[in-house]
Amino acid sequence: MPNLDPAQTDSPARGRRWANLLLGGGVLASIGSFLYPALRYIIPPAVAESTSRSVIAAKAGELKPNTGKIFKFGSKPGILIRTREGGYKAFSAVCTHLNCTVQYRDDTRQIWCACHNGTYDLEGRNVSGPPPRPLEEFTVNVQGEDIVVARKA
Amino acid sequence: MSTQATQVAQRSRLLAWLDERFGTGSVEEFIRHKTVPQHRHSLWYYFGGMTLFLFTIQVLTGILLLLYYRPTPNDAFESVQYIMTQVRFGWLIRSVHSWSANLMIFAVFVHMFSVFFLKAYRKPRELTWISGMLLLFIVLGFGFSGYLLPWNTLAFFATKVGTEMAGSIPFIGKWILIFLRGGEEVTGATLTRFFGFHVAVLPGLATVLLATHLLLVQHLGMSVPPGVERRIAEGKEPARSMPFFPTFLLHDLMGWYAALGVLGALAAIFPWELGTKADAFASAPAGIRPEWYFVFMFQTLKFLPPKILFLEGEFAGLLGFGLAAAVWIAVPFIDRRAGFGRVSRFFTGLGVFALGYIAVMSALAYWH
Repeated sequence: MPNLDPAQTDSPARGRRWANLLLGGGVLASIGSFLYPALRYIIPPAVAESTSRSVIAAKAGELKPNTGKIFKFGSKPGILIRTREGGYKAFSAVCTHLNCTVQYRDDTRQIWCACHNGTYDLEGRNVSGPPPRPLEEFTVNVQGEDIVVARKA
Repeated sequence: MSTQATQVAQRSRLLAWLDERFGTGSVEEFIRHKTVPQHRHSLWYYFGGMTLFLFTIQVLTGILLLLYYRPTPNDAFESVQYIMTQVRFGWLIRSVHSWSANLMIFAVFVHMFSVFFLKAYRKPRELTWISGMLLLFIVLGFGFSGYLLPWNTLAFFATKVGTEMAGSIPFIGKWILIFLRGGEEVTGATLTRFFGFHVAVLPGLATVLLATHLLLVQHLGMSVPPGVERRIAEGKEPARSMPFFPTFLLHDLMGWYAALGVLGALAAIFPWELGTKADAFASAPAGIRPEWYFVFMFQTLKFLPPKILFLEGEFAGLLGFGLAAAVWIAVPFIDRRAGFGRVSRFFTGLGVFALGYIAVMSALAYWH
């Protein structure tokens, strides 16, 4: 006659369930602890953003009217444009679409991105093509021989 | 005993030796009985093998390039220049690597579309199709990561755009971008990572998937197109086949030999250009475009407005291509008609549309 007393059949089964749970949980937790450092490892440490607020972008007389140049602003490129009238304009040169570096076009007198044919006017406004936002504008000051570009406050 | 008889005896002794230890007799038996169906679409069977051959060329020339290539932003461009100008036959090895990469991607596409149109993905070959699609993505990953390695201007901006697109995915995009670039910007860290992907991660994945793909093909045999199957069933066409060994393999070899000739000629007549060294502080040059196999996506991006409904334009594009790829991968499970061996015109139409879209978008990009 088989033993049908629940107290005697249940407790070993329950004990095994507990053992499985503890063992399984322990193994999962240990796998997590192996993977976590690896996952953290593949994301590089953050690099401190350049804090410089201004930079000498060019020397006076370096740019002829209706031309532009790319200058280094911290870790990112900026664009300095001398308008046909002789004034200076400066913007971030990073296209707001997909990060390409823009250039000044003397024929259309616009800022143009070659990657996906986006254009901005000389106020930095996105006027055609895929760019979703205007370029960040910088202030330009002529200090003696230096053309100094600074982030707007 | 004649020499020929001696050779045969030695060969069978070696086979017996192996069979005794590893039971290789069954493999030998399998190869002896393996056949390939023969019908008017048989030509398309050769493109998988062609892809495999070109992949082998990539592995071999890749190993040779590793002897001189240096994966740092200060050295990468110069080391490729050195390979192209100083190392004896360096121009040949690098040009063959670049040309073979492009021909391989072309062969992969031909292989995929022929499988698609001949409905070879249908039951029971669903997993063969999925492993093949994963291999296709890996091949594109090889193309994208390898493109950056010479560290020239075109590659620099192509990488910027490609990784920035991944960055447009909501929530996780930023992490993917940083993971791919090894930081916020495309820098030397990106080059190091892409080199690692190109020569270690992707080859490892490709080996596993390729083995799976080939095992599945061996296990299930070649698919006979439903149209041919019907004609055979109706008695309009006899079921013909050819032995894999040696007939099919010899055909393969002829194709591969011809491919080697084409590769050599292309490399000699059109050595792969190096361009100018990447400069993070230079404008993207006019006429910039990615490799031809990404051009249709690139052209689509040009047409997309900045905002579509509430989505950023490039994310909407990425989402569109992602969904299209998901449907494409799932085709064996969606196309139930083909699974039952019936005509499935809708999916043929879908294939024609996909092919047409790629052709038109690419043509527009080159025409402008």
